[in-house]
Amino acid sequence: MIWNVARTALIALKRDRGALVLSFVLPLAFFSIFAVIFGRDNNTTPTVKLIVVDQDQSQASRALVKGLEDETSLVVMTRPGAKSKNAPAPADYTAATAETAVKAGVAPVALIIPEGFGQHPIAFGPGAGGSTLELLNDQSDAIAPQIVVGLLQKVALTSMPSTMADEGMKYADKYVGGFTPAQKAKVDEGLQELRKAEADGKTNAGSGSNSAGAGIVAVNERAVVGENKKSPMISFYAAAIGVMFLMFTASGSAGALLDEAESGTLERVLSTRVTMTKLLAGKLVFNTGLAFVQLVAMFLWGWAVFKLDFFSHLPGFAVMGLCTAFAVAAFGMLLASLCHTRAQLGALSTLVILIMSSVGGSMFPRFLMPESMQKAGLLTINAWAIDGFEKVFWRDLPVTDLWPQVAVLVGVGVVLFLIARRVARRWEYA
Amino acid sequence: MTASVQKAGTETALEVGRLVKRFGDLTAVDGVSLQVRAGECLGLLGPNGAGKSTLIRSMVGRVIQDSGRVTVMGHEAGSTEARLALGWIPQELSIYPRISCRENLGSFGRYYGLKGHALKEAIAWCLHWAALEEKQDDVAKTLSGGMKRRLNMAAGMMHRPKVVLFDEPTVGVDPQSRNRIFEMIEALRDAGTAIVYTTHYMEEAERLCDRIAIIDHGRIIAEGTKEELVEKTFGRCSQVLARFAGETEAIEAWAKRHDGRVTHETAEFTIEQAGEIAPLLDDATKAGLELVDVTLRRPNLESVFLHLTGRELRD
Repeated sequence: MIWNVARTALIALKRDRGALVLSFVLPLAFFSIFAVIFGRDNNTTPTVKLIVVDQDQSQASRALVKGLEDETSLVVMTRPGAKSKNAPAPADYTAATAETAVKAGVAPVALIIPEGFGQHPIAFGPGAGGSTLELLNDQSDAIAPQIVVGLLQKVALTSMPSTMADEGMKYADKYVGGFTPAQKAKVDEGLQELRKAEADGKTNAGSGSNSAGAGIVAVNERAVVGENKKSPMISFYAAAIGVMFLMFTASGSAGALLDEAESGTLERVLSTRVTMTKLLAGKLVFNTGLAFVQLVAMFLWGWAVFKLDFFSHLPGFAVMGLCTAFAVAAFGMLLASLCHTRAQLGALSTLVILIMSSVGGSMFPRFLMPESMQKAGLLTINAWAIDGFEKVFWRDLPVTDLWPQVAVLVGVGVVLFLIARRVARRWEYA
Repeated sequence: MTASVQKAGTETALEVGRLVKRFGDLTAVDGVSLQVRAGECLGLLGPNGAGKSTLIRSMVGRVIQDSGRVTVMGHEAGSTEARLALGWIPQELSIYPRISCRENLGSFGRYYGLKGHALKEAIAWCLHWAALEEKQDDVAKTLSGGMKRRLNMAAGMMHRPKVVLFDEPTVGVDPQSRNRIFEMIEALRDAGTAIVYTTHYMEEAERLCDRIAIIDHGRIIAEGTKEELVEKTFGRCSQVLARFAGETEAIEAWAKRHDGRVTHETAEFTIEQAGEIAPLLDDATKAGLELVDVTLRRPNLESVFLHLTGRELRD
């Protein structure tokens, strides 16, 4: 009898494709996404974009920059990218332009190597008098500054051996009593060889472990974005979680179309003066409004409970909220029009929305992901919506700076709606 | 000819001309031609799969026909004018279950372009017509089966169409509610509305329909008033229904010898004169069949249907 019950359940499962998909495809898809993000080739460190401003232009500073450039975990930028192929190369970053770039989200960290760094590049212990590097960071990315600081210490140790030895000599002079002239001549000879090797690029700076040094170079970190924010990640999570649940709501709401098709109401409505285009457009308007109200509720909750600075960002919120709601509503309409039953819609929407949310940054920030995954995230509504809300609430950028997100979200919404309209032809005539 | 046929106008409200609709190799509607006049109720009868639904949906303009034509008040089916002249009451409960009766009617009224005072008036009329005034604020899904059916009908009447298609409107309805629905339809017909009525209940067709068209395999195989159909099918013949105790095979063999048929353990014969009954029963006795009862009757609509299609209406 137990076997018979199990057998009946097995037959039912075989007939229920949606349940099969959820049982097998979804776990595999999620396993693969997490494996790619956190586990590939033991390289769990994401690539960090780093702007470097070398105000010193000394041998030591150039060696440090070279060492940083050789790090595979860093993408070092000393100047902005050219606007077009034939355009002249833009000027190197200055401290001011680097700060602006970090504020605009071009890179999460900028390193300023001050003038005079080459004179006293390193310091053995606090208060030892070495030059201080300045690290400008964006607090929304908590990982990048730590990676950069760690790598900076490592690179200082490995890319500037002559400086290390030179500084060591000074410490020996000061605390040990100094060398004899013969010893000093011998050391100078060795240092010359090291400097030559550094100049020839023969020092080994780009490999080895990623463990941070113990403060060989002094670094002063300064947050240039989010320094005055009370709750740094609230706006991110309001947008990230909001978009994910908006998608579930939108697909569920668009599923009313399937209920109406099943009950015959859809066909009856289409026998009145209402055409399929008008019907879908009406539902799109409703679902867009519903999604927008949901976003408002979520951000108001963030304001009331988590001190999110909502009311001073209303124009940006309105623009991003409406564009996101429109794209998400059109996405829901497409899912509903592709399915034949509520059960199918439930399975498909769960699969697609969870995958989009994980890749698009709704579950964890995209800066934690490998470069390829971050690029793949741009294929999702989540990523564009989150980026837009981040510009509004985190970077305090004006509404005009939202044009890429607005263009993509509205464009995606229009395209998805047109596809949904095309697919919905199956309901129009027999 | 019934009284209501006499009342029917001469204006053709709905016309189907040589309509053909194929789905792949299947010809669902095969050259059907029909006319319904204002104030007339045409019953459309046919076994399941005969092509009734496709024909009805063609009238609504929801089917792209392979050939032929359907017009509603002179307008091509599916055109805006035809949509406004036609009311369709689908077999399924095609209403919004989570909103009230009044809100349902309001929604469908707006879909037909009604607004303001005209919309309010139409809602009031429909609520009265469907006897749902007291339930107007009740959510549709909380109504009884009969009330849901009436609301389903009222939703198709908001724009006061001149032609109404009723697709089995009494399915799953208790006798009391069914009577109420009959009265609603009769009121419409008496007010001059042209009606097409499909049903699986012969007594409904006999009560409501002025003319009946029987459809099978996509074709109209008979059309006329009930009396005309009986006359055309059976002439002046009568039917003998005989019930026997005994083995079914023996009863069927005996019935077959006399061109009869057996349904529900009752043998059925068509005879021209009463004198034919005695020899028939004598032969049954000789065949060893034990007679339980015998009835002589004038053929009815069900007899016609069975005779023409070889199937009962509910098959």
